[in-house]
Amino acid sequence: MGRFTRRRIRFLLSIPVLLGAAGIAASQMLPLPAHPVSTPTAADLLAKQFNDSEPNAEQLVRGRYLVAAGDCMSCHVREGGQPLAGGLGLNTPFGVIYTSNITPDPQTGIGAWTADQFYHAMHDGKGAHGEELYPAFPYPWFRRVSREDDDAIFAYLKTVPAVKYSPPKNDLPFPFNFRSMVGAWNMLYLDSHEFQSDPGQSTEWNRGAYLVNGLGHCGACHTPKNALGGDKSKQDLHGGKLDNWVAPDLTSNARVGLGDWDVEDIAEFLASGRNAHAAAGGAMADVITYSTSLMSDADRRAIAVYLKSQPASPGATSPAPDAAAMRRGAEIYSDACSSCHLDNGVGQSRLFPPLGKDAVLQQSDPTGVEHLILGGTNIGVGAARPSPLGMPSFAWKLTDQEIADVSTFIRNSWGNQAAPVSASDVGELRKKLGLQTLRLTDNSGDR
Amino acid sequence: MVSKVNLQRRQLLVGGVAVGVAGAAAATTAVHDGELGAPPRTIRGSVPWQEGAADSPPAVSGSGYVYFTPVEAVFIEAAAARLIPNDEVGPGAVEANVPFFLDRQLAGPFGRGDHYYLGGPWPKGTPQQGYQSRFNPAQLYRAAIAAIDQYVSANLGAGSFARLAAQDQDKFLKQLESGDLKLGGGVDGKAFFAMLLQNTREGYFSDPIYGGNKDMAAWKMIGFPGAHYNYKDWVSRHGERVPFPTVGFKGRPGWTEA
Amino acid sequence: MATNLNPVDAVLVGFGWTGAIMGQQLCDAGLNVVALERGPWRDTATDFAPGFAQDELRYMWRHHLFQNVSDDTLTIRNNVNQEALPMRHLGSFLLGTGVGSGGVHWNGQIWRFLPTDFLTKSHNEKRYGRKAVSGYDMTVQDWGVTYDELEPHYDQFDKLCGTSGKAGNLQGKIQPGGNPFEGPRANEFPTPPMPQTYGPTLFGKAAAELGRHPFPHPTGNMSQAYTNPLGAQLGACTYCGFCEKFGCGNYSKASPQTTIIPYLLRKSNFTLKTECEVLRIELTQDRKRATGVTYVNSAGEEFFQPAEMVILSAYVLHNVRLLLLSGIGKPYDPKTGEGVVGKNYAYQTMSSVNVFFDDKILNPFIGAGALATVIDDFNGDNFDHHGLGFIGGAYIAGMVTGGRPIEMIYTPEGTPKWGLEWKHAAAKNYLRSFSLSIHGSCMSARGNYLDLDPTYRDIHGRPMLRMTFDFSENDHKMSDYLTDRAAEVAKAMNPREIKLNRRTGSWDVTPYQTTHNTGGAIMGDNPKNSVVNKYLQLWDVPNVFSMGSGAFPQNAGYNPTGTVAALAYMSAAAIKSQYLKSPGPLVRA
Repeated sequence: MGRFTRRRIRFLLSIPVLLGAAGIAASQMLPLPAHPVSTPTAADLLAKQFNDSEPNAEQLVRGRYLVAAGDCMSCHVREGGQPLAGGLGLNTPFGVIYTSNITPDPQTGIGAWTADQFYHAMHDGKGAHGEELYPAFPYPWFRRVSREDDDAIFAYLKTVPAVKYSPPKNDLPFPFNFRSMVGAWNMLYLDSHEFQSDPGQSTEWNRGAYLVNGLGHCGACHTPKNALGGDKSKQDLHGGKLDNWVAPDLTSNARVGLGDWDVEDIAEFLASGRNAHAAAGGAMADVITYSTSLMSDADRRAIAVYLKSQPASPGATSPAPDAAAMRRGAEIYSDACSSCHLDNGVGQSRLFPPLGKDAVLQQSDPTGVEHLILGGTNIGVGAARPSPLGMPSFAWKLTDQEIADVSTFIRNSWGNQAAPVSASDVGELRKKLGLQTLRLTDNSGDR
Repeated sequence: MVSKVNLQRRQLLVGGVAVGVAGAAAATTAVHDGELGAPPRTIRGSVPWQEGAADSPPAVSGSGYVYFTPVEAVFIEAAAARLIPNDEVGPGAVEANVPFFLDRQLAGPFGRGDHYYLGGPWPKGTPQQGYQSRFNPAQLYRAAIAAIDQYVSANLGAGSFARLAAQDQDKFLKQLESGDLKLGGGVDGKAFFAMLLQNTREGYFSDPIYGGNKDMAAWKMIGFPGAHYNYKDWVSRHGERVPFPTVGFKGRPGWTEA
Repeated sequence: MATNLNPVDAVLVGFGWTGAIMGQQLCDAGLNVVALERGPWRDTATDFAPGFAQDELRYMWRHHLFQNVSDDTLTIRNNVNQEALPMRHLGSFLLGTGVGSGGVHWNGQIWRFLPTDFLTKSHNEKRYGRKAVSGYDMTVQDWGVTYDELEPHYDQFDKLCGTSGKAGNLQGKIQPGGNPFEGPRANEFPTPPMPQTYGPTLFGKAAAELGRHPFPHPTGNMSQAYTNPLGAQLGACTYCGFCEKFGCGNYSKASPQTTIIPYLLRKSNFTLKTECEVLRIELTQDRKRATGVTYVNSAGEEFFQPAEMVILSAYVLHNVRLLLLSGIGKPYDPKTGEGVVGKNYAYQTMSSVNVFFDDKILNPFIGAGALATVIDDFNGDNFDHHGLGFIGGAYIAGMVTGGRPIEMIYTPEGTPKWGLEWKHAAAKNYLRSFSLSIHGSCMSARGNYLDLDPTYRDIHGRPMLRMTFDFSENDHKMSDYLTDRAAEVAKAMNPREIKLNRRTGSWDVTPYQTTHNTGGAIMGDNPKNSVVNKYLQLWDVPNVFSMGSGAFPQNAGYNPTGTVAALAYMSAAAIKSQYLKSPGPLVRA
């Protein structure tokens, strides 16, 4: 048993006067705290403090902030890995791409990189040796980031603990395993010019545009993609789909977009993952937790102002739901959903979203709703609102038909209107998510 | 169009420590008994989350008996019919499928004594010291049923408990309940009766997912709406009958009617 | 051979209410804290979601959230002349385990003890004479802490939980609608009281007619949504009737999960390890300082976790056992009355009165853990005990925690327990019956104590805890008197009939009573009469703190959690303001 830690021995040696007898030494107690934490968490790195005396302290603080604004953390960490060391596999329609190690380790990370090389990666999607990076790394958006901001990010990344770790090789089939393919893709889809401010708009609007279309890379999820993974033209922020989640329309469309939200609603949502209308579940949860909740109020407002200026996407009509499905859905809702969302879908503000006139529910693609009911979700958190208020999984409880019926019901009640949901659709998603069999918890010991 | 390979990653995004062994493994491999040691786990940095995870109830399946022998089943059905007889007021225990419930309970963790300490020594205790037997519940049922039928054939002139007339069955059960009747085979008849009665009520009034309470008829008889979770709007409506139809974990007819 | 781990500032042994409170307080003070929990990780949406949380069989009767006694239980007996035998199945009390522990499956009844409850010996002796506090072999004593000292910390817990209720005494001024007998509160409750269902409403009316002072039960089941000072959010209760013995599915019951854990887990100086059971506290050779704890995980691996402070934040029975197993303090000997560890084990003296109506539908399934109208006229020393032959009292609550049919079907006097007659009585009375709960104090007595069992051992080879307990004559007299008072109210409700369920005979381990075990590591003003000082710090080993109801020198007529939490907050405050700078005894012996 290690009665004497090295630290204690060192401490005691430093005050030999107190060392009368072994008994006294053994009973000596240290003023606390005495044992600092040695392994930083992701949140630690995103809150890393810098000494004002460092010559570039201001740049480092700015870099830390921009790493949050760019949501770097969400992707550059793997299961059980250290923050920013990469290795997370990203599903793309073309195969699995593993995120890189962006800690300052010279061999496996970016420790040997120059600021120019880093800028090239961010701006042109080129690796340290000029090789093409796959656009899973969102350089099509990052290229709008200013050189000054890129330098700040780079300077900050150089200060985090270096981790020696090489991510696995990408798992891409022919021909996508040829990086030169990316060159052609870049020619087709890469927006050639840098961020240009619009003098006709306010400073705040321009700041929002810079964040949304640059570091924030909102369009990576919220803009629909074509078969090659390029943005569908003229559909900026009309809503997209990724990993069986739906990234909702962010335009001013009142039914499926942000038309009913005001600037404060959007800013609150980005800060805390919740507001009077909605909660940030699914893939958005990480974005809140590791990015927008750490941004300044001013930047969140700027994003909101910019989003509110987006013209509404075109309206769409949907076929009327089947009366029997609606009736069944209402019965299921009363027993299974009203415990949180309450009778008539009124919800509880900032806890359990009200379901009436809800944009996520009314997306034309019902995948998001089905996914929520099948798999459940925790919602994104910020320092002031740390509760993830998880929505439970109903995969074990409700059949495909029941999920379809209750989805149809909530998509067409309390002012909502959207296409009915089919059981086969739910069944397919259940299969994709691997939820045909029970997924147990640590507490599941009575089977 | 990029997404993450592992959406359980958030629970694992916790800095330099390796965590989430259970989270990742649970999706594909069987977990330990959580009450007797799931895999050890270190949690740091954020609240863990695993998509689709639910400590859902251990539903039973199939039909017919898997624990009871045919002879035991005859006893159980006869005894259950006396403990909760059938009539127009509501179902009897047999009609509510309680014997099937008992069978599945005894075949599973409860029968094995998963929540009983069964270590020795095993002296007889005072009544206040509660259950004091080396038998787990499944063993107790087995030993007790044999001892009861043996007692009945030796002392009451019938081949088995089930062959007694109803009023004689009641008389026998009352003696068992009071402890006046001593069984052989080291069986504490009073303790067995207490367990049988308790388990019968459990099968009668628990969620149908466990095999008893067929059609939720026992709940309907007393007016319990079952697994409904929200009565918020009815708290202050004193003396009114609530309108919610009786529902189980797996629903009710209204969920599926065409 | 145990693997040595890196030292930390504090190790928490157990992660329920007090573990979570101490974790939050110490991490906010900058300490590096590790919590060791012997049970599994649990959270609302995955482990007690509203899709399956309301399962009477699995949780109440199959003990799915409780400690599994199959590999570790305790032995029990009523007196020293009996042989203690293992509690082979949970019954009388339902021990917690896992993250949140009892804080997950409690009812949410949040009480403060009366100012005089902290002066059980001196106050009653002064008013009723020496015999009143020493008769029946009672060993009651003062706590060494006063209500006024604890008030700010009761207040902290109320704000953490968002307690719903109505103050009866605000800064000394009696408030209409609240409990006029309570000690003065600095602040009103954070949220208004829950609306009452029919049964409690009838109870309140009848009690008022008799001149009693009914008020809504203070509750951690939320009357409305609430955000606590840590930013954690609770929703409004939906009255599902599954609090007690169950986890709350919709975040409307205060628990470590809903009030602290989301905040605490964000801190990098906090680490939670589940499935890790502490075997013993390790001491220096002079036994004056703890060096840390040795624990074993569910994979069978053993570790030594060095720590500057050891906080015992498991349940009272486990804390006391760890002290005994680690050889800390002098074990209590009932023959000589000497020694302190294990002394003054006490419990709760419960009885009830059932009320049956013909003409009223009460809908008992619309319930919540602390949904009740209460009278406190006969609790503590709120009434004159002259000539009654006992001290202490109880609150009487017209309470509807739920209408769970395996457990809570009330049948009239004389109804058999089975057969057609029972079934008919169940069908007839379920919707039309109601229960008054009489929640009585339990005075400590010389023969009631905790020690290590000489025969039975747990899966790790350690002696089990041995509990020697019976209700004293004082408590029987109190309970009878209080049950009669409850019956008066029951009759005034004008029912068809009532049924009295008195507390008779010796303590029986089988029927559920309460999980309010107290004592064994009691607090006091000097090391001769107690294990811990008023800051829950061990007199003998000042870097060990023992949380929980083990500190109660006897138990008052209230649910203990409010006081358990207040004591923890008070301990944390002293640690932060004094101990961290200069570790050592916070009270000079």
